[in-house]
Amino acid sequence: MMPDVQEFLQIDAPALLAAVLACAACALVGNFLVLRRQGMMGDAVSHAILPGIVGGFLVAGTRETLPMMLGALAAAALAGLLIEVVRRLGRLESGAAMGVVFTVMFAAGVVMIEQASAAGVDLDADCVLYGQLETILWLAPKGWASLANPAVWAALPREVLTLAAVFALCVALVGLFYKELKITTFDPALASTLGIPAGLFHYGVVLLVAATAIAAFEAVGSILVIAMLIAPPAAARLLTDRLAAQILLSVALGVLAALVGYGAAAFGPMLLGVSHSLNAAGMIAVASGLILALAVLFGPRHGLLGRRRAVGRLRAAPGFVAPEAQKP
Amino acid sequence: MIDPLFEEALRILTFQSGFNSAVVVAGTAALGLAGGTVGTFLLLRRRALVSDALSHATLPGIAVAFLVGAALGLPERSLPLLLAGAVASGVVGLLTVQALSRFTRLTEDSAIGAVLSVFFGLGVVLLSVIQNLELGGQAGLKTFILGQTAAMAQGEAIAIGLLAAGAALAVALLFKELRVLAFDPGFAAVQGWPVGALDLVLMGLATLVTVIGLQTVGLILVVALLIIPPAAARFWTDRLPALTLIAAVIGALSGWLGATLSALLPKLPAGAVIVLVAGGFFLLSFLFAPARGLVAAALRQGRLRLTFAERRALTDLLDGRPVQGAAALWLRLRGYVRDDVRKGGALTPAGQAAARAAARDRRLWERFLADYPALLPAHANWGVDPIDSVLPGDMVRLLEERSAPS
Amino acid sequence: MQYLWRTPGSRTAPEEASPIGTPPLEIRGLTVAYHRRPVLWNVDYAAPSGGLIAVVGPNGAGKSTLIKACLGLVPSVSGTVEVFGRPIAKQRRLIGYVPQRESVDWDFPVSALDVVAMGRYGKIGWFRPVTRAHKEAALHALERVGMADFARRQIGQLSGGQQQRVFLARALAQEAQLYFMDEPFAGVDAATERAVLQVLRDLDAAGRTVICVHHDLQTVSDYFDHALLLNTRVVAQGPVARVMTPDLLSRTYGGRPMPAPAALGALGAEAS
Repeated sequence: MMPDVQEFLQIDAPALLAAVLACAACALVGNFLVLRRQGMMGDAVSHAILPGIVGGFLVAGTRETLPMMLGALAAAALAGLLIEVVRRLGRLESGAAMGVVFTVMFAAGVVMIEQASAAGVDLDADCVLYGQLETILWLAPKGWASLANPAVWAALPREVLTLAAVFALCVALVGLFYKELKITTFDPALASTLGIPAGLFHYGVVLLVAATAIAAFEAVGSILVIAMLIAPPAAARLLTDRLAAQILLSVALGVLAALVGYGAAAFGPMLLGVSHSLNAAGMIAVASGLILALAVLFGPRHGLLGRRRAVGRLRAAPGFVAPEAQKP
Repeated sequence: MIDPLFEEALRILTFQSGFNSAVVVAGTAALGLAGGTVGTFLLLRRRALVSDALSHATLPGIAVAFLVGAALGLPERSLPLLLAGAVASGVVGLLTVQALSRFTRLTEDSAIGAVLSVFFGLGVVLLSVIQNLELGGQAGLKTFILGQTAAMAQGEAIAIGLLAAGAALAVALLFKELRVLAFDPGFAAVQGWPVGALDLVLMGLATLVTVIGLQTVGLILVVALLIIPPAAARFWTDRLPALTLIAAVIGALSGWLGATLSALLPKLPAGAVIVLVAGGFFLLSFLFAPARGLVAAALRQGRLRLTFAERRALTDLLDGRPVQGAAALWLRLRGYVRDDVRKGGALTPAGQAAARAAARDRRLWERFLADYPALLPAHANWGVDPIDSVLPGDMVRLLEERSAPS
Repeated sequence: MQYLWRTPGSRTAPEEASPIGTPPLEIRGLTVAYHRRPVLWNVDYAAPSGGLIAVVGPNGAGKSTLIKACLGLVPSVSGTVEVFGRPIAKQRRLIGYVPQRESVDWDFPVSALDVVAMGRYGKIGWFRPVTRAHKEAALHALERVGMADFARRQIGQLSGGQQQRVFLARALAQEAQLYFMDEPFAGVDAATERAVLQVLRDLDAAGRTVICVHHDLQTVSDYFDHALLLNTRVVAQGPVARVMTPDLLSRTYGGRPMPAPAALGALGAEAS
């Protein structure tokens, strides 16, 4: 039972496109979080933007996206700054600093939503968490043939266009500042002595993560953003020892997770003969988790099983003396 | 307008506003207390955010437990079953974090983030399954995500209070062991302490606090109960018993005030308000705590810089070197140089005395440093404060004899 | 476009070294404190031009802190640091730095050649890629420490000594006038020790100044020309023959025997 082409192009294609772009962008910038041991920054930022979204909404008084995004960006910048202030001046470990800042900001957002709803304004914290992948529609295409018409592409849903722009921004910035990102991540002290502002790059990465998370949360929800910032780069980290390869691989794995997860959510139940569909964002997160699990188990050099084989080969090699046998 | 509200607040705060609200407020305060005590050791073990993975990982367990309950034909959602599910999947998530960070090259932050989001994603998928099945009682499941005090029944509040008190008591009983674990796990292991088991106990207590906090505060914010009170307490003291106690008090106060506010005013969700109150305590501590607070530290650092700059300027003038700019202005403000002389530095009598004292301090400290470097650790303010106020008199005389120009 | 950053004054173009007569490094009244406890106290030092200088002192004497404070990596309470007569922010191109090996994540996905090429970044500047010429310079630096065969290896797969040599090659690739090295001989094998020493002598022969934190008293006189004895303050400085004397060393490491009984009694339990 295959869905017909028009339905696929109008409902599934835009959602899939949004998911793929969101996953690719998150995976790309996520590499630098994972390597900087800032993996939880994605979690912190994507929770901390809630008051910004609500604030932007309340100030503008409309459901326009732009004020909400600006509010979210301001909140993310504030969160990044506060975390750094608490960590440095308060001399708390970065995990605790993040935990304090993002929970308080998220709580403030929850209270703001409740207060707004008391005033008859309807907002929902749920959409921030799970996103609304299923509601993205692309009504222009009527069939494969209509894709040749540029006007059809111009009518792509705004979410998809935003995500495409953010993905392009991420690619451009990572490309332009590749070597600076590399050195400030690997050895910030050396970078500082060379005159490269390591601290500024730290904020830059946080802001880029925030921008990506904000563009993505509306379509895919903050939970998927967190998963995509970490799971594909972490999996790629186990598969290669070269930075450029790791980045490319993580983007590929993010796209793969989007395809597999969306496919499983949208068409999986249908194959089982059930008419409902599952939450696509959640399913993509699960798919990225499975990819990470496979990398953990079967990664060639750093995977658990691969490593065991390597040790076995080493033990079998002539002249090998087990460490325990060397003790006097 | 204000007065009845105020009286109502007073009644709730003092547990006189009916048995039910008193029980809820007390239960929430106990929850905060337990979060503060258990969280103290998580903070010191640098495991603060592990509890975030733990709380998010409870969602699939809750969903599965709900499905199991529905399959068994239980009429209403059964809280003990759901919480059992939460514990089970939370523990699985916790173990996954530990396995990832121990057996792979991934660092703990990546492991936490991956587990948190993937488990939560699974939970969301399962919730969408439940939604499609159109079972009864599923509306309550969402309260686990953001929490809801109003939903707390009397019996539940009593249970939460008792369990929380139990967790705090367990910390009190294991205080000595946990202190060794938090301070130096390597040493503890060598000394034969069961470090692995203690870690398990600590994470078990964190799981307990998380799960009993789910209903009230919700799984996104429950981590705040474990992180914010100890982080705030950290600014007040460097001693572990005091740290634990202050964290417990801040946690309990946050729960107590938060639940009261939430009961008093409309549209204030308890979980978020409790976190905001705790955040308020954190902010106050961060800024104004005398031991490690921001204002105190900035004042200390500023005074230190000023002291050194002033001494340097004074000794420069004494040696006939000119002093200019901000330092010169400062010395004039202090009355150490004459106003009419801009450069060259004509010291007033007070300035001369201060300059000589600074030069003497520096000479004697240098002598002390040269002769007894081993004694330095005992004197936190050596080289900064006047030597007479730090070292005993006969020691200073000894140094003076030795450093006297012969 | 060079990397110009930090102080407002740094926006002027960095000048080439080195006006004759200005010392490569001049420290005046440098005090660094943690809370209110001084780690470095009123340090005054002028490094001689050219030559190998050892910074020697007991654990906790502030040796690494001295280097980091000179580089502007830790804040100071008072004092000034000048490199070839100007503040360090204006002289970054003249400075090379070899941090302690533990200071970076050796699991990081870069090859030995990548790490050495990082030493060139200061010369490459914003937006320009690492060209073949820079890679060749990096490879040449690896050759000089005997590590050319390992250029493509991920750095985590190298032994501790090899990692140290990669760090040294990176410093060579920086082509600086003044080098700060934090314990380059710490925990290395004999082959690496020889390689490090050879690099130091080459740098010396090329007229560079190298300031090394060094922990092994036995080898100071063999390896270095000058020494700075440090224990929170400067105990002594000068040519090794004059400075590495039993008297000065015992003053650096031990101080006098414990104070007289009267003073000791007054100090109470703190002295024990």
